[in-house]
Formats: sequence, structure tokens, C-alpha cells
Amino acid sequence: MRDAFIQEIERLAADPDGDERIVVVTADIGNRMFNRFREANPGRFVNTGIAEANMTGIAAGLAMAGLRPFTYTIASFNPGRCLEQIRLDICQHNLPVTVVGVGAGLGYASLGPTHHALEDIAWLRSIPNMTVLCPCDPVETRCAVRAALRHDGPVYLRLGKKGEPTVHFREPDFRIGGSIRLREGGDAALLAVGAVMPEALKAADLLAEKGVAASVYSFHSVKPMDTRLLESLFDSVSIVFVIEEHVASGGAWSAVAEWLAERGGGGARLGRIGMPDEFHHLAGGQGWARRHFGLDAKSVAGRIRSALKKCGS
Amino acid sequence: MAEGAKSLLSAYRGNNLREVAGLIRLGVIELSHRTGTAHIGSCLSVADILAAAYWGGLNVAPETAASPDRDRLVFGKGHAAAALLSALAARGFFPLETLDGFNREGGLLQEHPGPDWPAGVETAAGSLGHALSIAVGLALAASIQGRGYRVCAVIGDGECNEGSVWEAAMFAGGQGLARLCAVVDLNGWQGIGRSGEITALEPLADKWRAFGWHAIEVDGHDPDKLRDLLAAYGDGGKPTAIIARTVKGKGVSFMEDDNHWHYRTLKPSERLAAVAEIAAIPTPRQ
Repeated sequence: MRDAFIQEIERLAADPDGDERIVVVTADIGNRMFNRFREANPGRFVNTGIAEANMTGIAAGLAMAGLRPFTYTIASFNPGRCLEQIRLDICQHNLPVTVVGVGAGLGYASLGPTHHALEDIAWLRSIPNMTVLCPCDPVETRCAVRAALRHDGPVYLRLGKKGEPTVHFREPDFRIGGSIRLREGGDAALLAVGAVMPEALKAADLLAEKGVAASVYSFHSVKPMDTRLLESLFDSVSIVFVIEEHVASGGAWSAVAEWLAERGGGGARLGRIGMPDEFHHLAGGQGWARRHFGLDAKSVAGRIRSALKKCGS
Repeated sequence: MAEGAKSLLSAYRGNNLREVAGLIRLGVIELSHRTGTAHIGSCLSVADILAAAYWGGLNVAPETAASPDRDRLVFGKGHAAAALLSALAARGFFPLETLDGFNREGGLLQEHPGPDWPAGVETAAGSLGHALSIAVGLALAASIQGRGYRVCAVIGDGECNEGSVWEAAMFAGGQGLARLCAVVDLNGWQGIGRSGEITALEPLADKWRAFGWHAIEVDGHDPDKLRDLLAAYGDGGKPTAIIARTVKGKGVSFMEDDNHWHYRTLKPSERLAAVAEIAAIPTPRQ
């Protein structure tokens, strides 16, 4: 996803009438990945050093002057180290800055809690003016970069790391406040948030083998949400699961639960597949951590089957 | 606002910076008294700096308040908003009636600057340690866009406790951002103590020098000198730090160097005494 991110930035800045407002601001992360952009756009690449608060304040200043900065570092630090600058300098002024967090969720599972970003959606979703986008693959990442650039306000772009499989084989209709259906199925619906998508798709395959038809959606826009989709799902299937590498508090599942409570409930049951309320200290990469916490395809399929049995479906 | 101060502020067309600073101080006293707003000491210490910046130090004027080429003053000391508002009103950035919305229920101006404040107020403020980074961003934008404007952040000595100030300072020094200036209103106090006793604040000018800045120490109540320094910076390959040594509560004898006036508001008798002291400074002939 990070390669797709910078390639799309390079393309947008380099078009014959390339966007001269784009500035990439990093807090000393992105070894070599920015070389081409920097060479092609002298002056519009800024490495602030390992100083996320300064990076974010600088981006606000750049945007106040009419530029379109993208701040970039690991998602645990961006927003973790600069939350107040995001809230006051960017969101309060409603500036078109895109805050890019790379390796979100369990992307850097083996590096420990310093590098886990499992609360970031909650932090940013709660700030007025902020839009939260969680693309699920490299193709959606490119779409999300363009959507962020078109949007006249702050965006949090929550990315995976690198090497995520491509799940879209043609460009989808990606819209802020929308969602994208990847599988059809009327028994259950899986709303996958971000890079965990391949597990949801594999889970749907496993369920199909057992005769369970599960639809799968890329729920890439956590704020604003696709409430039209939610309306139709909760009136049509018996269970809706949100799958995200995030804790329960304030994440995408929480956003759907809030919506459901305000709606007065009804229709489908809402399930959560996500992280527990604890720091994760065991060694192992993202795949291992997903299995450990039940976010892998097999566990997801099992959870959905037992939930359906409880529903009596 | 009292009619006297109102007529003084709206009538001022001169260019005597000590008179200007006196008007700003009167505006602070009146705004604070009318609305029960604190932080009078911080407002009074920064008055001469604002007079210098808005009356000749920076390329700012009401007519060019929206020009992309204007100099930018980024005000970090958000708690001294009453001083900023008084300065901008006196300079003619907005009608004096705008101040009627300050710190009143439902008014458009809270106690700290917001994102939609009137012309002349470049950024919201109130949380410390933000202004210098925003100023760095504005300075970088000028380079990227090929504009000639300069940027000046006005920050406090207490604000220099914030690590982000030094992130921005180290970066600006490393990049040699000559069009950037930081004015530190060094009034010697912060929230609940003397700034020099809480952290190793001094030698403050040397700190900025060590971070790659050109640093100048100056009497922060000499507005003519401040104006000359502000008018001159912008070349030389380094950002400029002006360490303005000030007195908290300057201009009102019973407030000077007394940190109670970080929090206290004025009794009617104190207001009259304060106005009398400030007005004793030569004021413009009507």
C-alpha cells in the first residue's frame, strides 16, 4: 500500500498539468520511497526529522498558504505523537491536509506496542471536520489518495504496510462516505476495514464451502460512513460483522454500533472481530498476530458460523 | 468598551509607537474589565511587541489583510488575545464594534483566538507550542510558491517549555529559513512560577544560536528598536530570534512583575487606577 500511495502521489504531481500544490512531509520515515518524488519536485519534499508534532504544524502552515500537504510516518506516531496538532492546527482550521499513517493496525505486529496502531480510528473519528479512510488494497489506496486530494478538508489515510494482495482487478467506484461490495451473499455481511480484507474474503470462501453465503464489503470510509448500505444490510441479512485491526472503543465496529443504537436497533445482529482491550507483547508477525487474536480467515469463518447458529439461521 | 478608550482607539492615526502601545494597554484593561477576562499581565508585556509589528515592523495592513504576499504574524500567546484584538482594532483591521463579541455569551470571540477570527488574526491559538511550527510551514510555503513574504511567530517564555517549540527551532535552523522570525516575550513568569526557576531557560539567546538562529536580545518595551529589528530581518541565511526582555504587567505599577495578574481580574477601583497610569503616557492630540 505504501508503494501505491507514493506512486499515485508521483503520478498526480507529474501529470502534464500536475498538481503543484502537493507537498510530501515526512518525519524521517520512508527510506528511498520518496527519492523519485523529491527529484521530480524539488522543494516539495520536506523531511522534518523525527518530530511529528512539528511535521503536523508545518503541514498546517503549508495548507494555510494554499498547498496540499500529505504528512507521512508510521500510524502509531501519526496520529499518536501529534494528535493535538491534528486536532487544533489541521481540523480546527479545516485545512486540506492528508494525515497518512502507514502500517496501521497490526502492520508492524512484531515491533511491539510502540508500533501498533490499534486506537487511531477512535482518536481521529472523534475530531470534528476529520474524514477517516481505510483502503483495503493498493488499488483502493490510489483511489483514496485522489479522493483525499479532491476533498477540501482534513483526511486520515490509514494504510497497511507493503505487499498487501490486490483484491480489485479494475478500478472500483471509491467515494468518501461509500463502500465497495466484493462478494454477494444473503446470509451474513462482512464489513472489512483496511488491510485485513484478504482474511474476510478467504473467510467468505470457507463459509461458501459450508453452504453459507456471506457478502463482503470494503468499508473503507469510516467517517463519514455508508449509512445507506447499513440501512439495507440491517434490514436484509441476519448478522453483520465488522472486521478491523482496532480495539472495540471508537473503531469502525463502534461507529456502526453507535449508528445502530441511534437508529433504535432492529434487523440484523452486529458482531465484532477485532482486538482486545490490552497491549500485545508476544513476538510474531502480522499473520501470526491475526491468528492469535482470531482475525484470520479460519477464525472469522468459525465465528460467523457459530453466530449464525445462535441466530437460528 | 468605555467611551474614552473607544474614541482613542478609533481615532488613532499617528505613528508614535509608545502611544500605540499605550492604546493597546488601554484596550486590554477595558476589554478585561468589561468581560472579566484574565491574563492581563501577559497582555501588557506583549503590547510593545505588537505595536512594533503592526505599525511598521511587518508588511501588514488592513488593506492587504487577504493578500497572499502579506507578512504573517502567527500569535502563539493565545491567552493574550485581548492585546492582539486591541492592536488590530487600533490599526483598523476591523471595526471597534467587533470587540463587542469578545468573551460574551454567544459572542463570536472566545478568550483564545479561533479559526474564524477577524482579519489580521492568522491562526487559532490557545494551546502552547503550535505557533512556531505553523510559522515554519508558512515560511516553507513562501519558498515553494515563490512569494516574498516573511513570517513572525510571537511566543512566550513559558511557551518555550513545550518540546514542539524546539522541534521547530531545530528544523528552521537546519533549513536556514531566513524569512522566519521568532519573538520571545520574555516576561519572566509562567502559569505558577518564574520561568527561569522552573526550567533552565537561560541563556535563552544562546539556545537559539545553538539551534542555528541569529539571536538578538532587546528591551521588549522599546518599540522603536523592535520595529527596526522586525523591519530588517529576512536575509543572512538564518532565522532570527528576538529575545524581548519584558515585564509582566508592564505599564501598571501594581501589576508589574506580579504574577497574580496572570489570573486576576480588575475591581472597578483598580481599573480606574490602571487607566490613569497608562493614560499618563503621552497620548495623541485629538
